Amino acid sequence: MSNAPKPAIAPPIPGLVGDAIVWIDARFPLVKLYKEQVAEYYAPKNFNFWYYFGSLAMLVLVMQIVTGILLTMNYKPDAKFAFASVEYIMRDVPWGWLIRYMHSTGASLFFLVVYLHMMRGLMYGSYRKPRELLWIFGCMIYLALMAEAFFGYLLPWGQMSYWGAQVIINLFGAIPIVGEDLAVWIRGDFSISDATLNRFFAFHVIALPLVLLGLVAAHLVALHEVGSNNPDGIEINKTPDPKTGTPMDGIPFHPYYTVKDIFGVVVFLGVFSAIVFFAPEMGGYFLEAPNFIQADPLKTPEHIAPVWYFTPFYAMLRAVPSMFGSQFPGVAVMGAATMILFLLPWLDRGKVKSIRYRGPIYKRFLTAFVISFLVLGYLGVVPTTVWGQLSKGLPLIGGADVATIVARVLTVVYFAFFILMPWYTKVDKEKPEPERVTF
Amino acid sequence: MKTALKFLLVSVVLAASSSFASGGAEVHLDRAPINLKDMASLQRGARTFINYCLNCHNAQFMRYSHLTQIGLTEQQIKDNLMFTTDKIGDTMVSALDPADAKDWLKSVPPDLTLSARVRGSDWLYTYMRGFYRDDASPTGWNNTVFKGVSMPHVLHDLQGTQAMVQVGEKHDHDGKMEPIMKLAIDRAGSMSAGEYDHNVADLVNYMTFMAEPARTQRTQLGVLVLFFLVIAFFVTLALKHEYWKDVK
Amino acid sequence: MTAIVLNQVDPKKRRFLIAASSVVGAGAAAAVAVPFVASMLPSARAVAAGAPVPVDLNKIEPGQLLTVEFRGAPHWVIKRTPEMVAQLDKHDALLADAKSDASKQPEYAKNPSRSLKPEILVLRGVCTHLGCSPTFRKEIGAADLGADWPGGFFCPCHQSKFDMSGRVFAGMPAPTNLSIPPYKFLSDTSLLIGDDSKGA
Repeated sequence: MSNAPKPAIAPPIPGLVGDAIVWIDARFPLVKLYKEQVAEYYAPKNFNFWYYFGSLAMLVLVMQIVTGILLTMNYKPDAKFAFASVEYIMRDVPWGWLIRYMHSTGASLFFLVVYLHMMRGLMYGSYRKPRELLWIFGCMIYLALMAEAFFGYLLPWGQMSYWGAQVIINLFGAIPIVGEDLAVWIRGDFSISDATLNRFFAFHVIALPLVLLGLVAAHLVALHEVGSNNPDGIEINKTPDPKTGTPMDGIPFHPYYTVKDIFGVVVFLGVFSAIVFFAPEMGGYFLEAPNFIQADPLKTPEHIAPVWYFTPFYAMLRAVPSMFGSQFPGVAVMGAATMILFLLPWLDRGKVKSIRYRGPIYKRFLTAFVISFLVLGYLGVVPTTVWGQLSKGLPLIGGADVATIVARVLTVVYFAFFILMPWYTKVDKEKPEPERVTF
Repeated sequence: MKTALKFLLVSVVLAASSSFASGGAEVHLDRAPINLKDMASLQRGARTFINYCLNCHNAQFMRYSHLTQIGLTEQQIKDNLMFTTDKIGDTMVSALDPADAKDWLKSVPPDLTLSARVRGSDWLYTYMRGFYRDDASPTGWNNTVFKGVSMPHVLHDLQGTQAMVQVGEKHDHDGKMEPIMKLAIDRAGSMSAGEYDHNVADLVNYMTFMAEPARTQRTQLGVLVLFFLVIAFFVTLALKHEYWKDVK
Repeated sequence: MTAIVLNQVDPKKRRFLIAASSVVGAGAAAAVAVPFVASMLPSARAVAAGAPVPVDLNKIEPGQLLTVEFRGAPHWVIKRTPEMVAQLDKHDALLADAKSDASKQPEYAKNPSRSLKPEILVLRGVCTHLGCSPTFRKEIGAADLGADWPGGFFCPCHQSKFDMSGRVFAGMPAPTNLSIPPYKFLSDTSLLIGDDSKGA
């Protein structure tokens, strides 16, 4: 074959920059990538509010990486020095307080953004064929994110860090037969110690970020392969323009969605900054008061709860009674609650994707699911005694904590949304989908 | 089905409202009059902290040099506030040896750098005003917000001593009579009640500053950042509108 | 029918809005970069650790050198004998920068003895070539340094030679004389390295 340079796409920019692009393009598909992935990536024109959160999740990921690198420069993963090094960052490092608050606020808002992003997927059927793999990559990102947050939460080495990790690692100890050994293996010691902190640091700053970046890349490649879904849940590729071949209801990602996403970023940064500068503790939900006391293996704080983004699952764990003298059923339920998300593409048997054309049964199940998730999230941060006890006279559940009974009901509701889905999506009275997308 | 939905909605509202109510069972805390811009108050508080608290407690993350943020010069700090060290960059460490502390006090007094973030300013303000004599306790002291407190009332020469006295009776939830207890001064100190409250307010103000020295800078910068984002909001909104005119 | 209709485009307005957004974006990026970059400057702890160091001159015998650490680098205080001071102006022609014009020192140490008091020399003990710490070679005419060696400092890394006030000889790898830190006398028998401010 000839070694002549590939015919370059005419440089749209004259001068040196244009020449540079031609030079690069002969060696690397720069313009091709830009066109395919950005300028000529056609996205449906009817994205609404819910479609901001994908790009925002990306923004938070980048912010967490940058602030995380800067924190690593001053943090010491050593049980003797970790707590003091965080205070050192907060007081002695120039602007250290800002970087630390950005990172702690970013962690919480990462989950907020990801939960809203997943909610979008649920409502508009973004997990349905041909986007099953896209959804699965997303679920894996969610799991990796939970692991990343869990490992990171130990690092400040405060009381909540220590006892939170203690509780979560002991969950693994509840697994039959191998549990105890597994917990010791995770900790690298017989209790949470310097060894645990050191390895959690390694997981938090390098292992999981690598996994996350890889998964995010796979998520984006899959998205650009199948194209974006939209609030109508219909495929824009089915109605191409006869002249150009591009979707009639599609618009180039750039400039239309770039300018829209930039606007979304500004609004998000408003919320983010308001928290960072005026309420970094967020009433004890983002930074908990007991975490300003150094970890003390001999003294558990009075009230211990995980960070808010884990509490729906924590509430389920507490709601399930121990059976056969083992905690394991609760742990299994908690694990199942996250893993069942993976099955969603195959549980849904409706003909339409979007909630706009779904029948009434689906809408009620989805509403019940969302409410159960939120209330479980609330119940996970408060003691089980929060709503008092049922009167002793009641059969079976007499004398039980009201909150525990509510949590049990809601756990059932959470699972019913998935387990009954093959049935109710099939029998539901759906409305016909339109031919073309609607604004 | 509709009613089920309504029930769930009610439970959300319940959940939200009870999150506010759940704090009600705890002891009432007086609101601390915190003003981090009042340099004179912060300086008086720093003096009280160093003269009284620092005898037994540490503030091991707080550098003396950070006191320049409350309007003091390094020379003033060296001359008036530094007793255990002569290096301005040192942290506030008590002269009390931890080993001696274990001997004399049975435990090492907790570090106070972050206590305003752990307990909250209101708790500190109520606590420092809530000591009373209690013969049943080993130290002879008790506290309204910290039952069985092991620290004696260090500021009693200022406040005087208080006793818990019954001032009346009221009905409790089950209809039984229960006494209404109130603190009353039974031996006067060198300060009036009003002066003492001001003194504690200054101390708590200082401890709030010490727990997060960057706080004033944080909120000041926050106003600028939000102002900038408001401008950015309108510019990017206009940009988005301009391009989205094309989309039919 | 595509979704994009370009018949109402006002290119001027678009260019203006892009420019305005770019300015806002560049401003934001710069504003974020400042604290991020500044966070890598020395912290309050490093500043505290780098505080000025007092030196007790009674501890030094005449002709001896005392090394103290200031900001992580060796600093020397040398009590020069009258003979050492006397021979300082005997070899100006051999020096690269006899008047210390190109070298780093406070204004009050820019004189032939490079000091506030000729018998007390304060130097930053770091070679101006590549940062090694030279050795103190006070013996005149040392065998390995040549018969004309007037006594001074010798850098083992790249063989730079300095005289008894830290001035570099011509033709050495080191470009300038050894630096002198700011310092002041607290009394006749003590000085402070790192601080030359007036007053207390």
